[in-house]
Amino acid sequence: MADLPDIAAHRLSADALRANFGDAEPPLTDAQAVVEANRCYFCYDAPCIQACPTGIDIPGFIRGIATGNVKGAALRILEENIMGGTCARACPTEILCEQACVRNAQEAKPIDIGGLQRHATDHLFDAQIQPFTRAAPTGKRVAVVGAGPAGLACAHALSRQGHEIVVYEARAKAGGLNEYGLAAYKMADEFAAREVAFILAIGGITIENNRALGRDLQLGELTTQFDAVFLGMGQAGVNALNDDAHPMDGFLPAVDFIAALRQADDKSTVPVGRRVVVIGGGNTAIDAAVQSKRLGAEDVTLVYRRGADDMSATTAEQEWAQTNDVRIKRWARPARLHATDGAVRSVEFERTKMGADGKLTGTGEFFTVDADMVLTAIGQTFVPDPVTRDANAVLELDRGRIRVDADHKTSLPNVFAGGDCVQGQDLTVSAVQHGKLAARAIDRLLRS
Amino acid sequence: MADLRTNFIGVRSPNPFWLASAPPTDKEYNVVRAFKAGWGGVVWKTLGEDPPVVNVSSRYGAMSYNGTRIAGFNNIELISDRPLHVNLQEIKAVKRAWPDRAMIVSLMVPCEEASWKKILPLVEDTECDAIELNFGCPHGMSERGMGSAVGQVPDYVEMVARWCKQFSRLPVIVKLTPNITDIRAPARAAKRGGADAVSLINTIQSICEVDLDLMAPTPTVDGQGTHGGYCGPAVKPIALRMVGDIARDPETRGIPISGIGGVSTWRDAAEFIAMGAGTVQVCTAAMHKGFRIVEDMCDGLSNWMDSKGYTSIDQFVGKAVPNYVQWEQLNLSFKTIAEINQDLCIKCGLCHVACEDTSHQSISAQNVDGVRRYEVIEEECVGCNLCAHVCPVDTCITMVTQAPTGPRRTWKEHPNNPMSPNFVGEAAE
Repeated sequence: MADLPDIAAHRLSADALRANFGDAEPPLTDAQAVVEANRCYFCYDAPCIQACPTGIDIPGFIRGIATGNVKGAALRILEENIMGGTCARACPTEILCEQACVRNAQEAKPIDIGGLQRHATDHLFDAQIQPFTRAAPTGKRVAVVGAGPAGLACAHALSRQGHEIVVYEARAKAGGLNEYGLAAYKMADEFAAREVAFILAIGGITIENNRALGRDLQLGELTTQFDAVFLGMGQAGVNALNDDAHPMDGFLPAVDFIAALRQADDKSTVPVGRRVVVIGGGNTAIDAAVQSKRLGAEDVTLVYRRGADDMSATTAEQEWAQTNDVRIKRWARPARLHATDGAVRSVEFERTKMGADGKLTGTGEFFTVDADMVLTAIGQTFVPDPVTRDANAVLELDRGRIRVDADHKTSLPNVFAGGDCVQGQDLTVSAVQHGKLAARAIDRLLRS
Repeated sequence: MADLRTNFIGVRSPNPFWLASAPPTDKEYNVVRAFKAGWGGVVWKTLGEDPPVVNVSSRYGAMSYNGTRIAGFNNIELISDRPLHVNLQEIKAVKRAWPDRAMIVSLMVPCEEASWKKILPLVEDTECDAIELNFGCPHGMSERGMGSAVGQVPDYVEMVARWCKQFSRLPVIVKLTPNITDIRAPARAAKRGGADAVSLINTIQSICEVDLDLMAPTPTVDGQGTHGGYCGPAVKPIALRMVGDIARDPETRGIPISGIGGVSTWRDAAEFIAMGAGTVQVCTAAMHKGFRIVEDMCDGLSNWMDSKGYTSIDQFVGKAVPNYVQWEQLNLSFKTIAEINQDLCIKCGLCHVACEDTSHQSISAQNVDGVRRYEVIEEECVGCNLCAHVCPVDTCITMVTQAPTGPRRTWKEHPNNPMSPNFVGEAAE
């Protein structure tokens, strides 16, 4: 038995899994929220607003919490960011709004903006308030490709203006990375699905699932059938480890592991290795490592080829991994995978250093980490074919992604794009902003 | 180590902190707990004639401010609702057990000579140290011609004070109501009547809040509310002014004052004492946090006195009174302007928007290389202090005294004042 890879489900009790995949950070109580809200100085021309990709009036909504106008607070948030609920949970606030908080300068403790935003938006969801209504029908129809944050934000904003929207989604569920990609403990209690339902409740938005651009429909068709098109299909590809990393059991992209975990109603059915190695330095790597640990993996090692400051995972995310007993090894890159009987058994790493020329180089020193499961999280890629292969509608690219202008208009008239399929921060909050800006431009176009 | 002992109109107490006549001093159990905690004295909750009054259920209202509870507090409770003899027995027992603590008995009976003549010997028999005449209670009792209904009529104040001096050997403290236009009038009346001291302020008529569901003032009693008496930290500024007015009034100057009104800390107490109080009385802070707050009150006051070189309380009683003047005595040639310490500034912009929106447009908002920067426009600054008050960082904005704009000159001498000998007429600029 000792020779067989140890990949198994049911490592932890149902109670342990429920705790591990419940809210990573419990919501603020009403009393906590009021105390925290009263810490906000209500800054003039507040730096937190400038730091928010969607420009939420943060002091404004916090004042609503302080005064007991929680519904007003929620509306202030959703007016700028219809996915304020997800962003409250998933935003790296430590490098956005909370980093800009003036309280940092005073006492190194910013306002818990994320927690307060969640408090306000949860209030609206819990009260089942639907605050949005649609303008009179315009008769205009817009196709949206991808039911992720960018697409749904765009669809919602356009529906408010009275346009009819059809959303084509490649996967079985709407929500994009909110549904398939974010860590389960950030989106507890089916929050992604509840938020999608909230967004769709405005009406005027039809979602067609399992319809992928380039496979089931073509961009050229959409441009002729609709008055405008918004592309928010995200990144369908993942970077491969290296060319000769052939398929083997226990070796898979971290995004696939996370998606399977997110979609499992019963987390105990998700298999995980006893010893897991995660390769990568971004939030996906962190999420894969921590969720492996929380599924019951015994040893989880995250290996990144450069130093802590180079990791795209924030310091807070790195600390989160470490407090979840994930071992982070830096300055090492994978050299080869060792397999037995088609199943991965270990990863051999070469230590790295920064060369005098500023390039990363191997030191020639190697070490091996035993592994029952190896998850790669070395970046996702935009697959351009659907927007470059249809001769009727070919879009220009910008460094491998769809080129857009400030209005998120592509090189084709009536076609707009946003989210991870264009250049940007690859965050939910940025995608929402793209969808919002594109919707404004599309609305202007349709009314012109 | 400073000596906190006080001798107030012959009443000695180990420290100047007394509990005011109120629920915390309603009975032996509470008062013994207070003395164990270290309070210097108590003013026993007001005694009245039998049969005792009846109190409502639901008695207190409170005002929270920005999440801080009980910034202000109000009550609709009346005087002691226990039989007179029970209170008298307990007062006597407690005073005997705690002879070093001040025991003052608060009284309120109808404004008739016979009533006072009857109760005073009974009180004297308790061996208490003094009596305090409750001419302040602004709710309930005032509707029956007692409490503030007496305190609002100086002639009555004088008359009752005189009766008490006549029918009792006990020192008399007259407790004043702030629900009056000029606090000096009842204070002068008390002095004319022979009172040994005044205490103030009693509570201020108030409605703390309106319950927007019940559409009634709080605290609500079966769906209705009545005005109450306001106290707690929010009333301290009002109380300080009234204490100061009596302390500096030529007619009442020197009359011993027991200061009351929002005293929560040693610093509050020091301020009241500096404005002329010989002792202070506390209620709301104790009701909020319990009796043990007195430990820091004594400790803090003592440490502050040490730091200032005061060895006894009387060394700073009234020390701020000479500097409490009429507006017309202020020097109009004095000038101060704001200075922002850029190293301490956290860039919140509150100083800018406060000045820009509501004052003199004398703090500029700039963006220097992407960093927000706020600077005082010195020639526009009138030295109003607003920015220093709104700034959330201690000592970031300070008001810096400038060279005077001319020789010391008050309104009395100012050329714009038609009553001034220097008046220059309408054309003056």
